[in-house]
Amino acid sequence: MSKKKMSPEEIVKYFKDEFKAKVKDSRVEKRVAGVKKKEFVNIWLKIDKSVFKDVIKHLCDIQFPHLAVVSGNDLGSTIELIYHFSLYYGERLNEVSLNISVELPKSNPVIETICDYIPGALTTEREKQEMLGVKIKGIPDSRRLFLPDDFPEGVYPWRKDETGPKDMVRNLHEVKK
Amino acid sequence: MKKKESVKTTTKTTYQIPIGPIHPALKEPVMFEFEIDGERIIDVDVSLGHVHRGIEWAGMQRNPVQILYLAERICGICSYSHPIAFARAVENACDIEVPERAEYLRVIHGELERICSHILWAGVAAHEIGFDTVLFLTWEMREKALDLTEYLTGNRVTKAIIMIGGVRRDITSDMVPKVQETLKYFKDNFEKLRHIFLDDKTVRLRSQGCGVLTYDDALKLCAIGPTTRASGVKKDVRVDQAYAAYGDLDIDYMTPDVLTGEVNGDVYDRIIVRLLEVKQSIDLIEQCLDKMPSGDILSEPKIPKLLARVKKTAGEGIGRHEAPRGEVIHYVKFDGENDNPYTWKARAPTYNNILPWIPMLKGEQIADIPIVAASTDPCISCTNRVTIVDNDKNSRYILNREELHRMSIEKTRRLMK
Repeated sequence: MSKKKMSPEEIVKYFKDEFKAKVKDSRVEKRVAGVKKKEFVNIWLKIDKSVFKDVIKHLCDIQFPHLAVVSGNDLGSTIELIYHFSLYYGERLNEVSLNISVELPKSNPVIETICDYIPGALTTEREKQEMLGVKIKGIPDSRRLFLPDDFPEGVYPWRKDETGPKDMVRNLHEVKK
Repeated sequence: MKKKESVKTTTKTTYQIPIGPIHPALKEPVMFEFEIDGERIIDVDVSLGHVHRGIEWAGMQRNPVQILYLAERICGICSYSHPIAFARAVENACDIEVPERAEYLRVIHGELERICSHILWAGVAAHEIGFDTVLFLTWEMREKALDLTEYLTGNRVTKAIIMIGGVRRDITSDMVPKVQETLKYFKDNFEKLRHIFLDDKTVRLRSQGCGVLTYDDALKLCAIGPTTRASGVKKDVRVDQAYAAYGDLDIDYMTPDVLTGEVNGDVYDRIIVRLLEVKQSIDLIEQCLDKMPSGDILSEPKIPKLLARVKKTAGEGIGRHEAPRGEVIHYVKFDGENDNPYTWKARAPTYNNILPWIPMLKGEQIADIPIVAASTDPCISCTNRVTIVDNDKNSRYILNREELHRMSIEKTRRLMK
């Protein structure tokens, strides 16, 4: 909190200066709401997998971020994870939503854990492992979260390929308990 | 004290549905596994997923207007918070404007839900420590809030008021007196509620210094809502972000130091925060009634036209809303070919408040489990089955909800002597 507050453009620049071409895409969305047309901001950053952990470290240097959740997309040959953070909360109308996305190849869907920086990420990382079939390297607790213990291995509910649940849902009577 | 590895148990599920995170309503199954030494809790493990319904997966096969009604059924109490977060995510992805009047109406319904939920919680908390008369008193008050909800939306619980790009029903000038009358009832009865919870010696004995969550833990474990604010972390989407009409209104963070001048992060502080927020919600509804501009309540009343627009959109969006229990966030992605979302992720507040349970419960007594667990107002409330691992006897036994509740009441009675 000690440092000066950066504008959304400065936040994007901060990451671009540090990681250059590894920041693959960036988008700043500004919306207004209410009669007084007060502004709120969403930042979308797409980064390369290789700098992911470093980006999170730099993010923590700005201010301890609030991690809302990690969501994920099956994009065909890759799996995209989107980390939804918010920065500068705790002051009236100052919050910036920062969404950092990273793509992992399906052949090797491994990403480092961020639990060492943000311990609260554990729940959502566990959920991503079971739902998307990604591997979180160094996760402190790799058990399943929502899925029951007797749920078949190798079926990932959010996948849209052959490891997805489509066949399973269609033929529920065949699922072995 | 020798620390032992916690023994893993499996729970029996009746059947399996493959997908999606859940948001079970109050008193639904969640399993804690405690490691106990005598009466003290040494370690806690929480198992989830007993009522997995695969709602998100079901949503991905439906269009956004259908999802609104599905989202409403994620939770029986936050039946307004999920649809509004989802609608905001779709509005974000598809660039849909919301009329100004609708923004104010959204605040009114949101705050009404908060009053309902916090008063309901107050009753449940009283029940957990054995004050069932207070349960009936608070739920009588809540009944008034439900009556008002029914008057404004046509439904008591699943409100079906949100539409993408606005709301479905207006509050006309002839409806305002009824709203004001109910608000007056809450204001008149608020003092009674405050006196019961904050001045009563036994409630203080049970809640002060109990279930402490420190500022650092709240921050690091990403706790949200009244749970984190009671520990002094200023995090409230309504104040942090200009969304709906909150940017226009006079609103501030409700932390316990507003009332007492200090932050302890215990169960008592969480009671204070919720009571302050009930008062704040009454004030916000009054502000909205004063300032509400006239005009449309829906930007696109023709649903096929709305869906055609969604179908053309290739993009993603997020929607946040401060539900009674804390921030709820929805993420949607559309692929530009179908009107059903490519991805829909709903994250309910309790999801983030699971990890904070662990530091809260460690070191407490078995009889404190119900009130500490209930103090975060979990949607997967209540310890419906608890496995006790006794270190000395090296044995394992299961306490059911009734026994646990009885132990909690007995502790209250002991303190009252």
